Amino acid sequence: MRFLLIEDNAKLARAIVEHLQLDGHAVDHADRLEVAENFISVADYDLILLDIMLPDGDGRAFLQQQRQREKRTPVIVTTARSAVSDRISLLDLGADDYITKPFDFAELEARCRAVLRRQGGAADNRKSFAGASLDSTTAELKFADQTIDLRNRELRLLEVFFNAPGQVFAKSHLMDRLFSFSDEVSENAIEVYVARLRKRLEGSGARIETVRGLGYRMVAV
Amino acid sequence: MNPRNSIRGRLFLQLVGVAALLSLAFFLVVRGVAERAAEGTQDDILLASATAIADSLRSEDGQVTLDLPYSALSMLGTISDDRVFYRVVSAGKTLTGYSDLPLADPAPALGRPAFSTLTYRGDEVRAASVVRAVGPATDSQAVVVSVAQTRLGLAAISRRITTTATGVGIGFFLAATLLSLWASHLALRPIVRMTDSVARRGPQDLRAVPSDPPEELAPLVEALNSFMARLSASLSRTEDFIAEAAHRVRTPLATVRAQAELTHRKLKKPEHKQAVREMIRAIDESSRSAGQMLDHAMVTFRADALAQDDLDLAALMGEVCDRLAPTADLKDIAIRRDLPAAPVVFKGDGILLQAALQNILDNAIKYSPDDSEIAASVTVADGLRLSIADQGRGLDGIDIAGLTTRFNRGSNVGDVVGSGLGLTIADEVARAHGGRLTIAPNDEGVGACVSLILPR
Amino acid sequence: MRLAHLATLIAGLFLASAALAFEVEDRRLFEASPQRSVLKVISTADLDVFTPIILAFQADNPGIAVDYTVTGTTDLMRAIHDEGAQFDLAISSAMDLQTKLVNDGFAQAYTAPASVLPDWAIWRDHLFAFTQEPAVLVVSDAFFAPGEAPRNRDELITLLRENPDRFQGRIGTYDVRTSGFGYLVATQDSRNSEAFWRLMEVMGRLDAKLYCCSGDMIRDVASGELALAYNVLGSYAASQLQTTQGFRIVRLSDFVNVMLRTSLIPANAENVEDARAMIDFLSGLNRRADLVTASGLPGIDSAALQETPSLRPIRFGPGLLVFLDQLKRQNFLRSWESSLVQE
Repeated sequence: MRFLLIEDNAKLARAIVEHLQLDGHAVDHADRLEVAENFISVADYDLILLDIMLPDGDGRAFLQQQRQREKRTPVIVTTARSAVSDRISLLDLGADDYITKPFDFAELEARCRAVLRRQGGAADNRKSFAGASLDSTTAELKFADQTIDLRNRELRLLEVFFNAPGQVFAKSHLMDRLFSFSDEVSENAIEVYVARLRKRLEGSGARIETVRGLGYRMVAV
Repeated sequence: MNPRNSIRGRLFLQLVGVAALLSLAFFLVVRGVAERAAEGTQDDILLASATAIADSLRSEDGQVTLDLPYSALSMLGTISDDRVFYRVVSAGKTLTGYSDLPLADPAPALGRPAFSTLTYRGDEVRAASVVRAVGPATDSQAVVVSVAQTRLGLAAISRRITTTATGVGIGFFLAATLLSLWASHLALRPIVRMTDSVARRGPQDLRAVPSDPPEELAPLVEALNSFMARLSASLSRTEDFIAEAAHRVRTPLATVRAQAELTHRKLKKPEHKQAVREMIRAIDESSRSAGQMLDHAMVTFRADALAQDDLDLAALMGEVCDRLAPTADLKDIAIRRDLPAAPVVFKGDGILLQAALQNILDNAIKYSPDDSEIAASVTVADGLRLSIADQGRGLDGIDIAGLTTRFNRGSNVGDVVGSGLGLTIADEVARAHGGRLTIAPNDEGVGACVSLILPR
Repeated sequence: MRLAHLATLIAGLFLASAALAFEVEDRRLFEASPQRSVLKVISTADLDVFTPIILAFQADNPGIAVDYTVTGTTDLMRAIHDEGAQFDLAISSAMDLQTKLVNDGFAQAYTAPASVLPDWAIWRDHLFAFTQEPAVLVVSDAFFAPGEAPRNRDELITLLRENPDRFQGRIGTYDVRTSGFGYLVATQDSRNSEAFWRLMEVMGRLDAKLYCCSGDMIRDVASGELALAYNVLGSYAASQLQTTQGFRIVRLSDFVNVMLRTSLIPANAENVEDARAMIDFLSGLNRRADLVTASGLPGIDSAALQETPSLRPIRFGPGLLVFLDQLKRQNFLRSWESSLVQE
């Protein structure tokens, strides 16, 4: 996906950009509204991450403008402000969602997915392998004539495999992917989810293969 | 109405006091005037009688003689039944009449009658005396005619006058009292009106009071307006401060967390990852604490001046569930909604109620295990009940009352991130709306059910 | 001897001064058994007139004995006014003397129950009238055939003037010098019309006989010795009609003076309670037809007065004191004497 990050804090911006890139997304960073306007005029974005408090003006005005544009790119507002009223008014102004800083990237990802899903999935977020396709936005696994709705963790886990079919992923890596920092889980939890995935994939052309001592990988049946 | 503490009371009492004084003065004046008039009447009749007698004096063969006219005494019986005495003195000798009737002092002069009040035969009498020159011009004698009358009739009139004057005085006083009541009520109407218009305002309304008050109230209104301006400024400063504090605390935390998460992703060694994970957890905890403290400050701040929005509680609960769905999703927790189809109408502060519900739901998500279900419901019974039931560790053996006190965490939530302010905030919001927060074991088996109960 | 004489003299003087000087004409004690109290009454009304009244009073108020003393109007006045005699009730036909007693402070007040006596019958809550007795002309049947009697004063004067021979020495009236009632009605007459002096003049020329008392006058008219008597006490005459023949009563049509017999409670009365009871009883005399007939005293009756406009009750008031004034009295008597007592 193509993100536009509008954030004036350089360090934070750098971290966010890197994170999104590691996830496989393309990110443009504007540190001012003026710059953002320029970016928007030349490129199409799937999602805009907007810091509401910007040095050259309140992001609200930008939000209002966005709303009136023909090609409406969804906006998720990042805010450090606490006032609930602020949150409500942001949604009134045209933000599709908001997330408070500091945020968990997993949450950000989930909210992005939710926003895009609501929008109607213009972005092509589908990955295919061995006759099965995974739509990250809608969280659907399709193969043969079945459409399976995946739950969040199932989706996140399957995403990893679908992004790099055949690649071996260590349990620890998968755990990072699956659980938040507040969860205290053992490696056995991974096995539970892998088992679930295997069940889901039954009948499709793909399967998860245990690589003893190393981890798991997805291969064609 | 304690007269000492009420302007109306004081005004009324003062007016009544004035009325009492006036009534008394009126009574005294009326009585004085009327009595003097009555006395004047008696004096007039006595004088007429004395004059009639004096008119009948003649000189016969050098002797002064008198033909007492019948009317002279009978006229004295016309206004009252008083006892009558008379005496005619010529050359120091009593010609006729009551010889022991005291003579007027000073004595009357020609054309100038004398009046006196004296005691005679055990009663107070009023006497009129006239002097006449009787006889030929060269040898006239001065004859003094005195006519006296007791004053019982006068006393009776005086009593009647007093009674009437008292009655009128009291009537006047009562009327004045009623009018005072009405007047003091009227006088204070501008104050009442102004109080009403200020009282009718919503809690957020700190506009200046419209001017053009009565002259005496102008300084008060001015002071009130300046006070409200200062309060308004102070309030917005507080709001600004809270927002500013949030921003200043969270922005650096955001940077650190993002970088930490990134670092965690790149590290390989489990013990390194563990360390960073703990760091991130610490950041999350402080961020959440800060957030909740600021939320709590805002709640306390708003609860004093509760807004009265028209809300649909079912829709509100739905929005909160929507908002936190992604968070729940991360743990594969499903939020089941049991919401009535029809709107559940309630007048309250939407922002505070949303904050409360969000905190309860966030709490539930935090303490629920993965793959569990949280039930969010709105029911209408004695009150309006907004419940969130989870399948977490439950509340067995936990001090429920203590759970909602500030910063208190349940004894079985030791290893989950979160400060204890969530339920405190919800509890305060409930109380601000006249309701309460209840925490009970989930009647579906495991877990707890936290309910916000609002009065209908 | 001389010492005893002196002692007797002194004792006699002492006794004399102790004894009251007013003359008692009659006295009777009406006993009651059981006797609770005694009511001492001094009155100018004869016993045969008042006895039925006293007995009826005692019947209504058992236990009260009545000590009834009869005396003349002037004596009654002297007893109360000058001598301080102790009585509980003083009844007199001399309205003027009673008025002076009240005026000079010798009576006490009694607020009688309302609606028994009309207002004009009470003066200052001190004097209580209980009869209305006219002064009438009494004519002899022997002298006047029915219908021949003069109807008013003018007619009387004309009659007398034109028939001196017939009436010479045959007219009678009160000696106002000695009769209190006579003085009262004569002075009231003199106020009411100038005809009075003309009448006195003509009576004087006819050598009118002067009487002290009503009884004697009526007797002489009845016997025919007098042709007529003027200003006779009507109640007395009316009661005499029952027993004596030969006279009749004429009420002159121009005006008739009506005397109100009054009672008062002296200031020094001891038995005030019973005195008040007697006053209340007398006030209702008009309603006791039996007593009115028995005593011959007509009770207070406003209606009767209104029916006959010529009846003029003598009004209460200080005016009644006027003719008691010594100079006024002197003047009046002088005029009266010069008319009636012509040598």
